[in-house]
Amino acid sequence: MNLPLPKQAATITLDGEEVAFTEGETIYEISERHRKQIPTLCYDPRLEAFGGCRLCVVELEGARNPVASCTTKATPGMVVRTATEDIEKHRKTLLEMVTSENRELDVDSLRGYASQELTRLVNRYEARTGRFIGAASGTTNTDDKNPFIFRDYDFCISCYRCVRVCAEQEGDYAISVMNRGFHTQITTEFNGALRDSACTFCGQCVQTCPTGALADKKAMRAVEMPGEIEKTRTICPYCGVGCSIDLLTKEDRIVGIHPAMDGPANEGALCVKGQFAFDFVHHPDRLTTPLVRGEDGELHEASWDAALYRAAEGFRRAGDTHGRHSIYGVASGRAPSEAAYLMQKFIRVGFGTNYIDNCSRA
Amino acid sequence: MSNPLIDMEKPDVIFCIGTNMTECHPVAATRLKKAIAQGAKLIVADPRRIGLAELSDLYLPLRVGSDVALLLGMAHVIAREGLIDRDFIESRTTDSDAFLEHLVEFTPRWAEEISGVPAKDIETAAIWYGESGKAAIYYTLGITEHICGVDNVQSLCNLALMTGNIGREGTGINPMRGQNNIQGAGDSGALPNNYPGFQPVIDPANQAKFKELYGREIDLDKGITKVTALDLCGEEIRAMLIDGENTLLSDPDRVHCEHALRSLDHLVVIDIFLTDTAELADVVLPATAFGETDGVCSNTERRVQRLRAAVPPPGQAKPDWWIVCQLAQRLGFTGFDFGEPKEVFNELCSVSPIYAGLDWERIDKSEYQWPVPDKNHPGTPRLHEGEFVNGRGIFSIVRYRDPAETISDEFPVWLTTGRRLQSYHTRTQTGRAQGIDYLLSEEALEVNPVDVEDWGLRDGGWCELSSVRGSVKVKVKSTNRSPRGTVFASFSFSDVPVNILTGSGYDPITETAELKVCPVRVDPANDSRLET
Ligand code: SF4
Ligand code: SF4
Ligand code: FES
Repeated sequence: MNLPLPKQAATITLDGEEVAFTEGETIYEISERHRKQIPTLCYDPRLEAFGGCRLCVVELEGARNPVASCTTKATPGMVVRTATEDIEKHRKTLLEMVTSENRELDVDSLRGYASQELTRLVNRYEARTGRFIGAASGTTNTDDKNPFIFRDYDFCISCYRCVRVCAEQEGDYAISVMNRGFHTQITTEFNGALRDSACTFCGQCVQTCPTGALADKKAMRAVEMPGEIEKTRTICPYCGVGCSIDLLTKEDRIVGIHPAMDGPANEGALCVKGQFAFDFVHHPDRLTTPLVRGEDGELHEASWDAALYRAAEGFRRAGDTHGRHSIYGVASGRAPSEAAYLMQKFIRVGFGTNYIDNCSRA
Repeated sequence: MSNPLIDMEKPDVIFCIGTNMTECHPVAATRLKKAIAQGAKLIVADPRRIGLAELSDLYLPLRVGSDVALLLGMAHVIAREGLIDRDFIESRTTDSDAFLEHLVEFTPRWAEEISGVPAKDIETAAIWYGESGKAAIYYTLGITEHICGVDNVQSLCNLALMTGNIGREGTGINPMRGQNNIQGAGDSGALPNNYPGFQPVIDPANQAKFKELYGREIDLDKGITKVTALDLCGEEIRAMLIDGENTLLSDPDRVHCEHALRSLDHLVVIDIFLTDTAELADVVLPATAFGETDGVCSNTERRVQRLRAAVPPPGQAKPDWWIVCQLAQRLGFTGFDFGEPKEVFNELCSVSPIYAGLDWERIDKSEYQWPVPDKNHPGTPRLHEGEFVNGRGIFSIVRYRDPAETISDEFPVWLTTGRRLQSYHTRTQTGRAQGIDYLLSEEALEVNPVDVEDWGLRDGGWCELSSVRGSVKVKVKSTNRSPRGTVFASFSFSDVPVNILTGSGYDPITETAELKVCPVRVDPANDSRLET
């Protein structure tokens, strides 16, 4: 087979500079690579471009009106300006319109991964006015008693990211859109509780919402807690998919989870367990001291020293009286690999046997 | 998995068997949904009409435990229709002649009789899979937790080998791992037959290597599996060290298991909660949990990833690795003076050829999928590209066998067990996460609506579920997910310990328990005290 000869790379002119692009790339994607910081609201890189908010518009030579950069694919020779005075003014006006729907702009970042997007843009464009006082799109659904997802449609700007992530990313179609314009309302089937819909509580709608209209109820419990939010990258403790997550902590407590958009296994997706079932870590049932069975047959708290002594003695005695094949080790499929490695080393070095297994057989 | 998770978005034909992926591996399922949205065909074989079945283009409702029959029938059709990949068979496999010969007798009609799947659907599934340029197989415990678990897996391998659907993008044989680090536990050598890195203990070269590394003679024979060890408790086995596993709830035949652990002279359990298993221990050592421990894990696609601590542990809880080291040192064992997990992991890399190119720093960004044989190696997202690890792919001659126990007049119903989306394993963790109860507060036996009627049960009422081994009381949920004559329960709730019932047999090779099949009887329970 003859491969086609490499073509001269196609280029566009971006803010006066000639830049190369790959076929299929949008103006927005090229601009991102060149750090143009075009503002967006309805854009989530994981989803099909939607072109709804028009905040990302740019000037395209030869086009009568500005075009949405997130939906416009580049073609060779295009001349694009990403931040002319007119464009910036248009963006500010748009943001003022959007915020006129929103009573509250200072949303807590615990509401969700993208919850600060609108606030950040409003600050960047100094667009905090109440010029278009109109009705808000939708109203809060306070009836839904689900413990995970807070729905506060007073904040909603109808960007449809939640609906799209549910359909495109999750393939679940649990939420949809009712009506249009100022009457737009994001809703579930029959406008009921999420539990009664196709919703699996994966939390993806919460994490993509750019306004905090959808919010993480569990994380929001920590809004009043003192301390800064810190993030630590780790892996979900449940199934073998191995989704990357960012633990949100305040002081010494885990207060929430953000999906890692760059996690290789999940690319930003999570399920209900990874997203919401983290607080077992701080449960009062956690074991906090070693326990040793006493003469009375009950387990009693003990020091590490005493417990380790007792644990070691039992193995020593078993080995002495019944031989080294009387001792068996079972490693965990939940603990880190270091634990499993040392468990097998303990048995192999200590007793010279292969009497070791993990729990994969059940 | 032979192929990376990202490949799940790429097949033309997806064959899922014995995997309830939308509930057990939800994020992997989202990738399959993308492939489907792009036009891939989905074939689902499962006794229950699970979520994945609803998404499928072809659903094969097979009788529990009849997988081998179904797969032989499919292989028969692929051979008959000339859909085999001759080039692949010639260049990459051995023993194909005997195998193709063997297939002749297993017609779809024969397979229908055993599996209950209509012959014409078996034909369609085989033709879709055989004709596709890129067909991938996904499976979970629904395939392995049988007395014929190995036969099931080999039957799947045969399908992939005869059609050349392995070693390329969007193909492969892909088991999905159930626990976050079950892969890593195997990688690390916590197996009776393998040293770290799956180096067989019966291989003289490995024996010599580890004798040198660990400074002592180690048995030249394989050790016994956990299943055998439990059988021998109180006899050969007198003392056990169990790290973080609620054996009592997750193992089959709970009564036997509890008896076994009780008959030990000495039981030490390391865990984060006082589980049912820990309650039986002589010594319980408190471990650090997720979010409190630095370490490494390995996911279902063999990706080696860092776990990071973000908060301090409660009270005096300590990392597992520290606990094992302390215990070893108390017993005078050498080679356990590690100061941090990094040193442990780096030692593991140094003794394991599949991790040889890795170390603590290199895995920081989750970039590597093993094997990574040296520091210049980019890792191996896809296994068996160009060559199989052991040379040529071998066809296995597999025959159908009945499950260890089959339904009878006394126990006329098939029980199958598994997990649910909202809870995980034995719920030691999800059961203690706030809000999960709102979605799933109790166990219920899933029964077909017609059976509910026929057996005199009531949706939401109680029933008594019994097998040869015992009985449990459980609420009834009427649902079309269960076919007639088959019921389902999860093993997540300790008040409904379905593992009292299961445990009829084990795969003779892997000793994996037959948790997926158990003949039972379902009777209405009229105990009004239970009607809460
Ligand atoms: S709820 Fe959030 S994500 Fe959904 S449309 Fe409104 S603002 Fe957008
Ligand atoms: S978030 Fe869900 S799919 Fe991902 S690793 Fe955790 S349990 Fe598995
Ligand atoms: S981001 Fe382009 S239209 Fe909204």
